[in-house]
Amino acid sequence: MTDPTPKIRIRGLKKAFGPKVVLDGVDLDVMGGTSFVVIGGSGTGKSVLLRCILGLITPDAGSIEIDGVDVTTLTPRQREPYMARIGMLFQNGALFDSLSVWENVTFGLTAAARMGHGPRLTRAQSRARAGELLEQVGMDPAVGALSPAELSGGMQKRVGLARAIAARPEILFFDEPTTGLDPIMGAVIDGLIADCVRKLGSTAIAITHDMASAQRIGDRVGMLYEGRLIWQGLPSTLFDSGNPVVDQFTHGRREGPIKVDVGK
Amino acid sequence: MNGILDFVAGLGRAVLDMVRMAGKVALFGAVALSHVVRPPFYWRTLWGSLVEIGYFSLPVVALTALFSGGVIALQSYTGFAQYHAQNAIAGIVILAVTRELGPVLAGLMVAGRVGAAMSAEIGTMRVTDQIDALTTLSTNPMKYLVTPRLVAGTLALPFLVLIADILGVLGGFTVCVMKLDFSASAYIAATIASLKVMDVTVGLVKAAIFGFLITLMGCYHGYHSRGGAEGVGAATTAAVVAASILLLTFDYLLTDVFFSQ
Repeated sequence: MTDPTPKIRIRGLKKAFGPKVVLDGVDLDVMGGTSFVVIGGSGTGKSVLLRCILGLITPDAGSIEIDGVDVTTLTPRQREPYMARIGMLFQNGALFDSLSVWENVTFGLTAAARMGHGPRLTRAQSRARAGELLEQVGMDPAVGALSPAELSGGMQKRVGLARAIAARPEILFFDEPTTGLDPIMGAVIDGLIADCVRKLGSTAIAITHDMASAQRIGDRVGMLYEGRLIWQGLPSTLFDSGNPVVDQFTHGRREGPIKVDVGK
Repeated sequence: MNGILDFVAGLGRAVLDMVRMAGKVALFGAVALSHVVRPPFYWRTLWGSLVEIGYFSLPVVALTALFSGGVIALQSYTGFAQYHAQNAIAGIVILAVTRELGPVLAGLMVAGRVGAAMSAEIGTMRVTDQIDALTTLSTNPMKYLVTPRLVAGTLALPFLVLIADILGVLGGFTVCVMKLDFSASAYIAATIASLKVMDVTVGLVKAAIFGFLITLMGCYHGYHSRGGAEGVGAATTAAVVAASILLLTFDYLLTDVFFSQ
């Protein structure tokens, strides 16, 4: 019998920046070991939703439960054990410029050891572990000696993925994983993400406006529009959802219920 | 009448903004300092910042001090020679260098070099999500980025000022002996006679406070930068301007506290 409690449960999540309401009562359940992809137009609050779950932004109202615990009520210190179970791939990789690739990959492991959440590794052990992780994302371990600035966009994404999975997180977040990549590299990154999530048995939330990516990564897909998740369904129904807003978005039609401000 | 009211309202808003800003900076500094005594400690970041501030700023601080000492000697000679008071030049040089020129010029040089670089580095980290990435990797950004830099600035600037003091005096000595035909032994004797431990100590205390203020401004403005490359540029400018103004303001206040009697 499977556990009916969602790994991540969001209820009535609201966030506004001044007069601009970004999230207006988001409800979402993500079951353990599944991947949920949030799609939506630019500026609809997808990144804000992720940042609220990560604790980088404080929501105005609502609850975010991880394993049944509302993390919005926790102090930063109380959140630490939850953060140690989360991995995140940022849109542009967000690799640390001042560190080498291998130091970036094992940064989370070193930080967790400092906080007493994992074993302390020597530099040689860390470097070897980074090599293994780089191989997992299809890279030559020798890349570990390079600086992030020496890598292409696709390589930076892969290093970011290696860093995100280094601590074998229970939960993974992906912020626009294929943005800025060519279609082939996008498919490669999506494949790596799907592999990593499956092998680790992690629960994943990805945000994207790339429909092909949403279909490759997600077990379920939901659309964020006007601050709410207006539709949820299987990736196979994405282009035939029956919801006029979703259909306009997924087919990229100019005419429909979504009014785009083109600045005229 | 409306024009006057608008002016007063604008003035009030500016004052309130300034007070609000001062409160935010003070809180930012207090939070960063609270991490000094709470582990984990990032020794590598601290060492890197010490090398960046203390070692790589040496050439610019050394050259500035050397030439400033020379200029003081030259200008003093121009004035004092009229009254046959050239013997006082060694005392003037060491007083000016240890009390004021050493700490202030070293501080301004470091504000321009290190404060700007620090603000740009942290600002770039902010706008490229690297600071958020630190949080997701169980690392407190204040503890990792800000605290080591504040400690490094506070420790490194007194070292730089000590070097600046020595080179400033050397600059004055070189000009007086090589150009103005002073006796080297007489100049050294006059310098030693005028050297006061209190002057040097206060200069070093000033330097420590300036080092803290410069790094605080660099970190604060970088940490709160917004809006891509333009935001980082604005933060860098703000950091250097704020550090320079604060440095000169605190220089006056500290001089008043230590030397006003």
